[in-house]
Amino acid sequence: MHNFEFVKPASVADAVAALGRGEAQPLSGGQTLIPSMKARLNAPEILVSLTGITEMQGVSRDGDSLTIGAATTHATVARDAASDFPGLAALAGQIGDPAVRNRGTLGGSVANNDPSACYPAAVLGTGATIVTNTREIAADDFFQGMFTTALDEGEIITGVRFPIAQASAYAKFLQPASRFALTGVFVAKYASGVRVAVTGASENGVFRWAEAEAALSAQFDAEAVAGLSVSPHEMISDLHGTPEYRAHLVRVMNQRGVRAAS
Amino acid sequence: MPKVTMKVNGRAVSAETEGRTLLSGYLREGLGLTGTHVGCDTSQCGACVVLVDGQAVKSCTAFAADLEGAEVTTIEGMANPDGSLGVIQQAFQDYHGLQCGFCTPGMVMSTAALLAENPRPSEEEVRHYLEGNICRCTGYQNIVRAVMAASGQDAGALAAE
Repeated sequence: MHNFEFVKPASVADAVAALGRGEAQPLSGGQTLIPSMKARLNAPEILVSLTGITEMQGVSRDGDSLTIGAATTHATVARDAASDFPGLAALAGQIGDPAVRNRGTLGGSVANNDPSACYPAAVLGTGATIVTNTREIAADDFFQGMFTTALDEGEIITGVRFPIAQASAYAKFLQPASRFALTGVFVAKYASGVRVAVTGASENGVFRWAEAEAALSAQFDAEAVAGLSVSPHEMISDLHGTPEYRAHLVRVMNQRGVRAAS
Repeated sequence: MPKVTMKVNGRAVSAETEGRTLLSGYLREGLGLTGTHVGCDTSQCGACVVLVDGQAVKSCTAFAADLEGAEVTTIEGMANPDGSLGVIQQAFQDYHGLQCGFCTPGMVMSTAALLAENPRPSEEEVRHYLEGNICRCTGYQNIVRAVMAASGQDAGALAAE
């Protein structure tokens, strides 16, 4: 790994200032960034740790929404969101393995937008709001394709505000070697309708399955989507699964999610 | 180079580190605590797991500089004060929870984290918790037995894989 200058600011303002100094990059839990730096896919000159910023930590409820600081670890979300938003907490508790969950963070996962990561499914599936140091971004506008988001250079996610669902569940078909989702579906039921977000399947990253949302909004029952299917066009193809296999999993995992949520 | 100070196995330590120094390197090369093993160095295998402020962490996937002031426990800190094997270590010996032994430090540290959180885990919970620790000898059956014994439970009655 190339060497770099390590900086650990205590406030968002100081982190933004540090990121403005040339070839700098933010570091959160590092569970993706550190391996990619070892592989020399990434070589920042300055690394700005976000783990010492208190205002980016923790889970707090405000009426019908749950706000989670971007530097909150998956393990903390799995524990502290369990009573307010069990579907979301259960998703956090399925990411990686225990040691990864003790370091990896919500903000890091969302900013990276890995096409097979779990969190983007929850953020898009709940219609959450991504809060940054400069603005608020709706989930529908945030994810813009594989490893691509609406974030500007130097912009930091400080938290995510999740509307709490009446019922929700994440159904993950595990790729056991990487522990990412081979395909995962987050289903969330609100008074305004049902949202369905799919990760691990599309080459374009996380997406909403509109047809299933309409069917489940009319009838929240796994049978309501039994006859639906997604096209394998632009689905991920690798040694773990063909596009057709992933397209099939989208429907199956959606049904499992609905059963778990009802 | 900046100095990074931590408490490792109860002892205050300080070492000059580069930004890129991983916790695993800080422990092994900086402090000579070579009981922490680096297996894959890609966050997959869990051989390098140590406790940071009581939580299991892959020491190959954390920068030492990010852990200034942390309390770290490694396999060297798991023995009893008189040098005899600690409860978890003794159970791994009694139930032959190792073959080549390379993954054992990580297995023992993950077990310590599990039992701190869940003192009497079911067999299924043990297997689930240890999914980030890979034993390439595939000696899992006896590892699970050792963890059950370390938690004071019957280690004899495990389901066959």
